[in-house]
Amino acid sequence: MNGLGEISVRGVQKIYDPLGSPIHALEACSCDIPAGKFVAMVGPSGCGKSTLLNMIAGFDMPTSGTISLDGELLVDQQTRSRPGSDRVVVFQNGALFPWKTVVENIAYGPIVQGRLNRAEAEEKALDLLEETAGLGRIANFFPGQISSGMQRRVEIIRALINNPRVLLLDEPFRAMDTVSKSTMHEYLLDIHYRFQTTILLITHDLAEAILLADIVLVMTTRPGTIKLGIEVDLQRPRLKAMVVSDRFIELQREAIAAVHEEARKAFERGEKELA
Amino acid sequence: MFLWFGLVRWTPFPAFNRLPDPLTVFLEWISPDPDYGISIFTPDYYLHIVYSTYRVTVSFMLALILGIPLGIMMGWKANFNAYAGALLDFLRPIPPLAWVPIAILIFPGDEPAVIFVTFLVAFFATTLNTLLGVRSIDLDYFRAAECLGARPKDILKDVIIPGAMPTIFTGLQIAMGAAWFSLVAGEMIAAQYGLGFMILESYNLIQYPTIIIMMATLGIIGYASSALIRGLGNKMVRWREESTGLI
Repeated sequence: MNGLGEISVRGVQKIYDPLGSPIHALEACSCDIPAGKFVAMVGPSGCGKSTLLNMIAGFDMPTSGTISLDGELLVDQQTRSRPGSDRVVVFQNGALFPWKTVVENIAYGPIVQGRLNRAEAEEKALDLLEETAGLGRIANFFPGQISSGMQRRVEIIRALINNPRVLLLDEPFRAMDTVSKSTMHEYLLDIHYRFQTTILLITHDLAEAILLADIVLVMTTRPGTIKLGIEVDLQRPRLKAMVVSDRFIELQREAIAAVHEEARKAFERGEKELA
Repeated sequence: MFLWFGLVRWTPFPAFNRLPDPLTVFLEWISPDPDYGISIFTPDYYLHIVYSTYRVTVSFMLALILGIPLGIMMGWKANFNAYAGALLDFLRPIPPLAWVPIAILIFPGDEPAVIFVTFLVAFFATTLNTLLGVRSIDLDYFRAAECLGARPKDILKDVIIPGAMPTIFTGLQIAMGAAWFSLVAGEMIAAQYGLGFMILESYNLIQYPTIIIMMATLGIIGYASSALIRGLGNKMVRWREESTGLI
């Protein structure tokens, strides 16, 4: 654990203006993500979750407001710190380079940052691949030759090799079947337990959010802001069996109520927009 | 072949009767003493092949050297594309043969003029396919590279070039085919040697079997050159070939 990775979002507003009709994606959005915590963000589709994640990553800028990492300003309406290995994103559809082998993908960050030479980086990549996922045998495969579950694990290892302050997961398990998803949950819990890296996970799956996270942030419908922060007080290490515990069900009920209310608002607004 | 043979030999239509049948062409092609002076045993046959191959190779290499970097820049940098793209869109619809008189006026002698018109079509095909290849790379790969600490030169080397490579090779195959197409037209107008020149010359001299021999030779060399690029492409984008089965 490096004790770093505290994110502070203050009064963030984001307005898109496609074809002259402004869309308020985020409005007065504020939240804190404590260092070393696993935070899940849930909310209706289009509420601005990915917009916020993209701003933290440095891909986008707010119209107003600030985002800081460990007290240092990351972005406001005038400045944007470039994306970097302190905030690595794992993408919804996967972004392993298909032209590089698994080990080359993992070793890529330390090589381009000039921290390690190729041989050292690949040795470290291989160690991490075997140690954290037991997947040393796929080191020389191309991403297209391995399953989507393996691809996700490799992508997470590719992020972790850089010792990021924050791991940003943008719905990485969305297209997975239930069994693969369950395996990935166990893998992610293990990774967080071992590395204690701050993790921000965007998801639509409330059970997934409660099982994995320390804090579940529920967002309102567009313009998105934080509606509710649910402290998940289930003990760690988390076990799959906890999903049938009374406390888990209670937390899930609370999250469902909050999300359902926002989803209904989003639906009604959609009806009005179509009318 | 049978249809061709039948039309020439057994139908009463003069339009077909003037053509040589496949057997006559084949016998002429392999004759040590050809009636019309061109066969696999005559040095002139190879002289024409060498001239045409040389012109296509030079044109193709020039198109590759200039077209790939230009296509990459256009696909990568929006500002660059705003200028270069407009110019390219203006020039591209002009048929290559329309350039022949200008090329003859600009360049000394016939040779550079033929190479220039051959180069033009290969250049447009290479540039546009490279541009398409760069644009087809998923934005997430650029973002992933940036997250991992890649600088612009790393993104060029590790994302843009390998990501666009499959489309670039498709473009190179198209460029090679287009180069042969344009070369023959150019040689018919402004050359003293070459397969295109010989096709028109044989027509003028009523040496019809030679026309077919030259056409067949063009087909063989064109196919071989495309196969060469395809083979090279398969080696360069090995990850695509191997990314077929899941473990």
